[in-house]
Amino acid sequence: MSTTSGVATGEFAQGKPPLDPGKRKSLHDGSGRKAAVLIAPTIVLLAIVILYPVISAVSQSFTKDAGLDPATGMFVQGGFAGVTNYKLWLLQDCGSGAFSCPPGTLGSQFWTATGVTFLFTVVAVSLETLLGFTFALVMHRKFKGRAILRASVLVPWAIPTAVTAKLWYFIFAYDGIANKILGTEILWTGDGWPPKAAIIIADTWKTAPFMALLILAGLQVIDESVYEAAKMDGATAWQRFKHITLPLVRPALMVAVLFRTLDTLRMYDLPKILTGGAGDTSTLSMLVVDQVRTGFNAASALSTLTFLIVFAVAFIFIKFLGANVTEQRAPKTKKAA
Amino acid sequence: MATTSRSTSSHRGHTVTASGVEVVQHRNVPAAVLTYVGVVLICLWGLLPFYWMIVTSFRDVGFTFDTTPWPTHVTLENYTTAFSTDRGNHFGRALLNSVFIGAVTTVVGLVVGVFTAYALARLEFRGKFYVLGLILGASMFPGVALVTPLFQLFTNIGWINTYQALIIPNISFILPLTVYTLTAFFTEMPWELEESARMDGCTPGQAFVKVILPLAAPGIFTTAILAFTAAWNEFLLASQLGGDKVQPVTVAIASFAGAQPHQEPYTAVMAAGTIVTVPLIIMVLVFQRRIVSGLTAGGVKS
Repeated sequence: MSTTSGVATGEFAQGKPPLDPGKRKSLHDGSGRKAAVLIAPTIVLLAIVILYPVISAVSQSFTKDAGLDPATGMFVQGGFAGVTNYKLWLLQDCGSGAFSCPPGTLGSQFWTATGVTFLFTVVAVSLETLLGFTFALVMHRKFKGRAILRASVLVPWAIPTAVTAKLWYFIFAYDGIANKILGTEILWTGDGWPPKAAIIIADTWKTAPFMALLILAGLQVIDESVYEAAKMDGATAWQRFKHITLPLVRPALMVAVLFRTLDTLRMYDLPKILTGGAGDTSTLSMLVVDQVRTGFNAASALSTLTFLIVFAVAFIFIKFLGANVTEQRAPKTKKAA
Repeated sequence: MATTSRSTSSHRGHTVTASGVEVVQHRNVPAAVLTYVGVVLICLWGLLPFYWMIVTSFRDVGFTFDTTPWPTHVTLENYTTAFSTDRGNHFGRALLNSVFIGAVTTVVGLVVGVFTAYALARLEFRGKFYVLGLILGASMFPGVALVTPLFQLFTNIGWINTYQALIIPNISFILPLTVYTLTAFFTEMPWELEESARMDGCTPGQAFVKVILPLAAPGIFTTAILAFTAAWNEFLLASQLGGDKVQPVTVAIASFAGAQPHQEPYTAVMAAGTIVTVPLIIMVLVFQRRIVSGLTAGGVKS
């Protein structure tokens, strides 16, 4: 699940079926049954690999770890744990009663990880949006050699994230080219701000072009005649940008931002390989994976929390920020009229 | 428009364009120059780090941190090191694993996806909204939320370090992508042809196979590229549910061991990275237009 999978989201946020086949309907009796047969394999696969694990994780998150009971020395099966596993993360309650897990334990890292995950998301997605928009405006202009440009921006997209991380790990090495060009001796994978900056730079490099392509596609559907009319009326370039481009490209922009936000919130490969979590750069996803080896139940609670956070952010985007994914897709269907 | 001077100058850089006298006839010269400055900067943005990887991959390991911007101390040794198994790296095997996992994932994902996309694009049925909702939810899902339960499940049934443990989750991950992209392509197709095939006596199945599938081939092909790229990139689940035997390249590169512990074999890793990336880059060069249309099929109305 990386940048590409983000594109697969889209329309379905609202109640109307967006894919009305339009003027050439083929409504026959029994098309419901046919549809069920055609769709069943997808549903079954998604149910096995996504629905079952989610239900299993939620139920696990309310279960106690099996193990030796300290009082009796007997081996006990888990049993209902209430919200103990959630208290571990949210309240830093590691079971000792004090509301502060000892430093070094995974429980103590929850809020740091949440903070750094949101830091990456806000900073990286903002940079990617600004750069992507600038790229898209340049790419939208008329010039020779579009193919070369299009191929160049697809290169960062095509390089696997694991390779991207290793490439920037080399660029940001102590003796590496970044320090040489800047004339600095920064430990980019050490402590403080450098590891965070390294991750944000690498992520922005890889995904700003992708953002540019989505925004460019939005720019390309704006009718040229609108600009011509505004020019006739004496609108300046800035006025045309502010009153035509921005409002008309906004729907495509919001969907692109939504995709990228959800992708950055679940970021794992890049920080894992680039910094390995040095300098408090462990994201929520990295924390879950570390916890899997320590205890399934606490890990289940943490992965459920991560899912809820991602879900909440998606909900806010769709509900309040107008990332109207339905509207975006609906007009694509040929209208009957 | 001074097409010739523009196209030649664009290969050499924007400074030449600035002196492209003929362009002056067009009324906004500064804008044209600015465009080319922007174009060159964007190309550098995309290509420079990639170029640096390739240059380093051909550089003798003793000159790893040489900063000469073109290849120096050229050697192929890094590529032999990348494939060497002396240090416990199994890059060659990982490469085959990735090809196998990617191919099976793509084929199964496409076959399953084609039927679902056909139903979504062509059939009216109740509950379509819920099907779409489930697929949307699946694509938004953080992969990490699956690691814990799947690790446990696969441990119980002895699937850890097997191909199916990596392939089945991968199929589910790319299914939303394939269904979504294919539905977008299918909605745009000339379905009148299907109906006329039916009039000529084809069964619905024959009409689909003989008329619709050939027409849909470009869209299916584009979807295949996107799906394969996604499967080729997968790292999280492969690193947790896989093992030495089924390890894909992403995991192999991330854990590449050097001659000594804690010594990063930068040049060999850059060689391995180049090998992993070049097939994808070739695909990008050949099919760039299709890829862009596939990537943006979901997000934008046309």
